[in-house]
Amino acid sequence: MSVPAATLRELRGAIRRGDRTAVEVCEEALARIEAHDGALHAFNTVTREQALKRAALIDRDRSKWRDHPLAGIPVALKDNLCTRGVRTTASSRILESFVPPFDATAVSRLEAAGAVVIGKTNCDEFAMGSSTENSAFGPTRNPWAVDRIPGGSSGGSAVAVATGMAPLALGSDTGGSIRQPAALCGIVGLKPTYGRVSRYGLLAFASSLDQIGPLTRTAGDAAVALSVLAGSDPADATSAPQPVPDYSASLTGEVRGARIGVPSRLLDSGVDEEVSGALRTALDALVARGASLVDVELPHAGAAVPVYYLVATAEASSNLARYDGVRYGFRATAAGPEDDLRTMYARTRARGFGAEVKRRIMLGTYVLSAGYYDAYYLKAQQVRTLVRRDYEQAFADVDVVAMPTSPMPAIRIGERVADPLQMYLMDIFTVSANLAGLPAVSVPCGFTAGGLPIGMQLTGRPFDEATILRVADAYERDTRWWGKQPLG
Amino acid sequence: MPVRFTRSDVEAIAGLANLDLDEQEVDLFARQLGDILEYANQVQQIDTTGVPPTASVITRHQVDRADQVRPSLDRAEALANAPDADADGRLFRVPRVIG
Repeated sequence: MSVPAATLRELRGAIRRGDRTAVEVCEEALARIEAHDGALHAFNTVTREQALKRAALIDRDRSKWRDHPLAGIPVALKDNLCTRGVRTTASSRILESFVPPFDATAVSRLEAAGAVVIGKTNCDEFAMGSSTENSAFGPTRNPWAVDRIPGGSSGGSAVAVATGMAPLALGSDTGGSIRQPAALCGIVGLKPTYGRVSRYGLLAFASSLDQIGPLTRTAGDAAVALSVLAGSDPADATSAPQPVPDYSASLTGEVRGARIGVPSRLLDSGVDEEVSGALRTALDALVARGASLVDVELPHAGAAVPVYYLVATAEASSNLARYDGVRYGFRATAAGPEDDLRTMYARTRARGFGAEVKRRIMLGTYVLSAGYYDAYYLKAQQVRTLVRRDYEQAFADVDVVAMPTSPMPAIRIGERVADPLQMYLMDIFTVSANLAGLPAVSVPCGFTAGGLPIGMQLTGRPFDEATILRVADAYERDTRWWGKQPLG
Repeated sequence: MPVRFTRSDVEAIAGLANLDLDEQEVDLFARQLGDILEYANQVQQIDTTGVPPTASVITRHQVDRADQVRPSLDRAEALANAPDADADGRLFRVPRVIG
């Protein structure tokens, strides 16, 4: 039961039985990183010493940790989640040497469950991107084809799990940033319902859309992780008080009677043929298990991308105003004694932020500015209501909505960097779940002829992660896509 | 409806956003912001008469708590990441603010 090949649940079982120690498991994860991360760049920081020390503690107090759900499990954290005493950069120059004095709640919860943090993963700067090319520290590479993007923005987390460097990683998802890299790397990525997981300690991008979630090899592993992560938190007023079910208990394999909505009109155009083919075959497998397919209309889903980029950039321009070179992060030094505060702010932000972050701050500032607020921001918020209503209507009739996670497999690094709009259009199937606050999971459902992974996205009712995980797990029982790994 | 940004439009937005853009960035953003907003203009075609805006999807729940003093971040820790903290560790130092 070696780390690279094992699922989280298999590893957990091996540690609990005493077949493997937490230190052995940690050493294997670190060795895997050592062997492959030079070529892939999944990690910004590897917390080697700290991880080994923590694993040794868990082995020493075996009886204390025995029944903790993640005891001894190596986890990788997206580098926009605050970790006390460990550099947290958001892959930005402006936070290159920022060392948070506190842990994100999601991180404390993982550690309280016995997890061993092995490092911080690369991402698009401040999670703004769909390719992990917008990192100030260089791109992460797709392990299935190293000249291609791993997706983003949680690309480093997806690569860490796909290559078996860790069986569990955390990402954040504002418009698809967990699900899309999971799809492009051939693993499972879950964006929980807005409010299901505390956002305390997540470096904010767009606060009404951001949500933290797990990347794993299987839906069952995602269920274990979500049971640990979910729950209300006094430090995040938007975290939800709804009770947290045992998500693993919902994985019965039973989908008879489940009604799966397919928005066929939305999928009519703009989807790669191999991607549509894989989705059709995946839906057939669910039908063979007893689910039924229902055509649903999501009339405003086509407008979700522009709505998303108006709302998310507006929120981002406000959230990123805090990076001003005063309390933390990089400061551009004065050009001369005549420098004043405003000059320092503007120079610090110009040198500290990369191109995509500046572009989004500019767009967001514009749509919030006097004279344009009603035409863009308010209008987008109204259409956001229509997107939500589309889903409410669909969920009156179906239990799950299925579509591809990404309209295409992984593109080549550099292919769309010069044309941000083309990059934004790749988010067509993922942004709606954020706008509507719904849970959605991406599950591996095949490969292109060229060997690139394809993902199926299942979206559910608010706080009904149990159903999408049950359907995803049932699908995994009939297929072996989830078991395929790059790097041999 | 094409959306055009002049260099001075872009400079005005950059001023609001406290971003000191260079010449190249001003030209690039003038073009790209125009392209993105032209695309985003499709939302104008959607009838939203009487539709309330969604600012957040959270269902209201009670988040009030007792107003009790609790420990907060230690001052030295709060200042530890500052690029220019006062030598005595008591304040953040910034360049001249007024005249």
